[in-house]
Amino acid sequence: MDTVTQQRVKARAGIFGHPAIDCDVHPAVPSVKTLMPYFDEYWREQFIARGIDRLNFVMTSQPPNAPITSRPDWRLPAGAKPGSDPAILGKHVLDAFGSSYAICNTIHGSLALHSDDMAAVFARAINDWLAKEWLDRDPRLRASIVIPLENPEFAVEEIERRAGDKRFVSVLMLVMGEQPLGRRTHWPIYKAAEKYGLPIVVHAGSTYRHAPTSIGWPSYFLEDYVNQSGAFESQLLSLVAEGVFSKFPGIKFVFAESGFCWLPAFMWRANKTWRGVRMEVPWVKQYPAEIIRAHVRFTIQPIDAPPEPGDLERIVEQIGSDDVLMFSTDYPHWQFDGTDALPKALTGSLARKVLWDNALATYSRLEVNA
Amino acid sequence: MSWHVVAKVGEIEPGTSKVVTVRGRELGVFNVKGDYYALANKCPHEGASLCKGRIIGLAESDEPGHYRLTRQGELLRCPWHGWEFDIRTGQSWCDPVRTKVKAYHVKVETGEEVEKLGDKSKGPYIAETFSVSVKDNYILVDV
Amino acid sequence: MTDVLDYPATEQANKPVKPGIVDCDIHPSSSSFEEFKPFLSKRWWDHLNTYGMFVRQGFKEMLAFPRMQAEVSRLDAWPPSGGPPGSDLDFMRQQHLDPNGVEVGVLIPLRLNSGSQRNIDFGQALVGAVNDWQLEKFCRPEKRLRASIQIAPEDTPGSVAEIERRADDPHFVQILLPPRNGDPIGRERFWPIYEAAVAAKRPIALHVGGVAGHPVSGGTGWPSFYLEEHHSQVQTMQSVIISMVVEGVFERFPALKMVVIEAGFAWLPALAWRLDAQFERMRSEVPHLKRKPSEYIRDHIWFTTQPIEEPDRPDDLTRAMEWVGYDRLMFSTDYPHWDFDDPAHAIQVKLSDENRRKIFSGNAKKLFNLGQA
Repeated sequence: MDTVTQQRVKARAGIFGHPAIDCDVHPAVPSVKTLMPYFDEYWREQFIARGIDRLNFVMTSQPPNAPITSRPDWRLPAGAKPGSDPAILGKHVLDAFGSSYAICNTIHGSLALHSDDMAAVFARAINDWLAKEWLDRDPRLRASIVIPLENPEFAVEEIERRAGDKRFVSVLMLVMGEQPLGRRTHWPIYKAAEKYGLPIVVHAGSTYRHAPTSIGWPSYFLEDYVNQSGAFESQLLSLVAEGVFSKFPGIKFVFAESGFCWLPAFMWRANKTWRGVRMEVPWVKQYPAEIIRAHVRFTIQPIDAPPEPGDLERIVEQIGSDDVLMFSTDYPHWQFDGTDALPKALTGSLARKVLWDNALATYSRLEVNA
Repeated sequence: MSWHVVAKVGEIEPGTSKVVTVRGRELGVFNVKGDYYALANKCPHEGASLCKGRIIGLAESDEPGHYRLTRQGELLRCPWHGWEFDIRTGQSWCDPVRTKVKAYHVKVETGEEVEKLGDKSKGPYIAETFSVSVKDNYILVDV
Repeated sequence: MTDVLDYPATEQANKPVKPGIVDCDIHPSSSSFEEFKPFLSKRWWDHLNTYGMFVRQGFKEMLAFPRMQAEVSRLDAWPPSGGPPGSDLDFMRQQHLDPNGVEVGVLIPLRLNSGSQRNIDFGQALVGAVNDWQLEKFCRPEKRLRASIQIAPEDTPGSVAEIERRADDPHFVQILLPPRNGDPIGRERFWPIYEAAVAAKRPIALHVGGVAGHPVSGGTGWPSFYLEEHHSQVQTMQSVIISMVVEGVFERFPALKMVVIEAGFAWLPALAWRLDAQFERMRSEVPHLKRKPSEYIRDHIWFTTQPIEEPDRPDDLTRAMEWVGYDRLMFSTDYPHWDFDDPAHAIQVKLSDENRRKIFSGNAKKLFNLGQA
């Protein structure tokens, strides 16, 4: 780093003593009406005639009033959706934590639509809206490209459409959808993402194409939420087993709002099983843990941290790499209070990597001096 | 270490193995395309009798969805957990640096040679369970 | 591990395993359906032969994901008598019970998929037959073996009746149900089963498997490979624990005990931390829970050890065992299946004599009330 850059970095150093990139914040689309200017005539007519412009598209996996969905001090006045105001998000996230950049992952109910056509129209409108209402307003913001999840052809079209705008730094998918993410049906998306240097962000949430667990539909939202980490485990294995990383060696996956304390035990089991049955997937030529360390990143919130002192340090050690964790607040979700976003187990050079270096290495389109 | 006669040449068909006990250790003697190799008959993982496993080839792939089998007959797959070992070296395919089945040196000698040397105070060739004939060739293992 | 392994690293560490072990997971098998005929009425015997298995998947009798070894089994476990592994009691004695010092072996019958039948009356007939068959074929001739009361939980009243019917027979040490059913097993419609379990003073035991009709990897959809299906059993057990705890089963039945079989255990701490953290956030949704999820887990759930996790640093396994609790782990081999854990080698960490005794026999004897079996 030259002196000028060093000074700039120092000036920007956030509340943790290092500059920070927040890899998971959630802008909310206030309503379908907000998006109306971004639809063409046909769809505007459709949405008005069918009353779709008055639907709220609230997702089952994100009940708006549930405590986890927004921290009490991050709620907005007059019933506005948490995360729906760019100026307030700037204040709550970027100013309060001193983060230099924040990456917007917009989880919108249209992801669950069964019509690929309508889902694609929404994705396009949301991305246009993000660019105009968010990225244009605050130069510290970056975004993941919203895509129609179940139609790779349309998804690729949307990625191509955004590729020229470097403020779109990644592609957004959900952890629970119709088919596991490793399956070849998704590969056109990864091919495009690799081409443009876009990591794939896999975020918690479900379109509920299936029961959220292998044992059926639980009674409570709490159960669904806790089960999300199991879905991340399944996706991690799917990506490895299907050979996504041998087919697309340049691609990175970011698991967002996934938790990470489960990762070591997952790696032990995945390594063990691979040794026994690797003949089934001969393109997997390394221990799954090694492949994961090379290609998959995890945002740190929620930590779901162990209560005993020392255990979190041990987990970080067990993960076996300083490169995989990335700072996030998961704004406006309520995962922690105050500014307590970075666990004390992450110190020194590891803290710097988590806060800054790892994100820069992952989001290759993020030009910090831009 | 000393050389032990464990089988007559021709007794172990290519692609098969014979379990022998030498100095209290159970070994598998393998015929891989005419060459002989000997490995401890015990998986370094949880101790399964390796010779009960399948002698197989190496499953390889150039890219996902493409499958081929190479080196047919050169690998041994543990009958329990399916770990694959290179019969020539005893090395684990998945973890060649840290995991190895103990491998023993093997050589083939004529019966004449074995008898000649065996006469000299029973060494260097030991053939307790064999009556050696000058007409045949023998497989010896260094244990 | 820095040394090259050319013999099992634990050869010395945990050997010999004496005086005897309790193996909490042995799979008995049958040479043919004929073996069940004496235990089925004519009506259901005819049904079995005419319509056969009827479960929520594409294949009638085979597993949805073909295994990497025939019959899911060790290659050396095929009895010379010709039947499938686990079907020949003499061979089971010779290969497993005798050499491995099995003092008590708990049978986990998986044949017939009885617990997952869509026709619940048929399922009910099958579990009855399987339970009788365990006794006659294995437990009466071999005093070291104990049976599980297999039930078909989709039929709750039928399950209760089956539990009550077997409750006085000391051969049956636990109640066996599949973790994968149409609904999460903690839901209230299953609670009469837990009430009956408490009355019968038997733990409920969940062995990996069952055909729920839901993708084995849950909300992510169906995976492609057996490699994934094998691992998905862990996520299923996580979902089972989440369900049992959060739906309030342990709050309602404080005396209920539960065994998680064949899913390993090193994943439990992280699950408990996540449950506790998110429970704290969402407790207003579940006011019926009076304690932290981790407390219910520690009080109510036992784990069999196989397939045991194998971290590079043995100390990591030790830490996981400490967290789960040395009084909650019970050794199991999964004989004759391919991912068998050998009692002399599987646990690749040093254990104190006391903890070794607990894991290899003490905890199971206490839980199953085996006394000086």
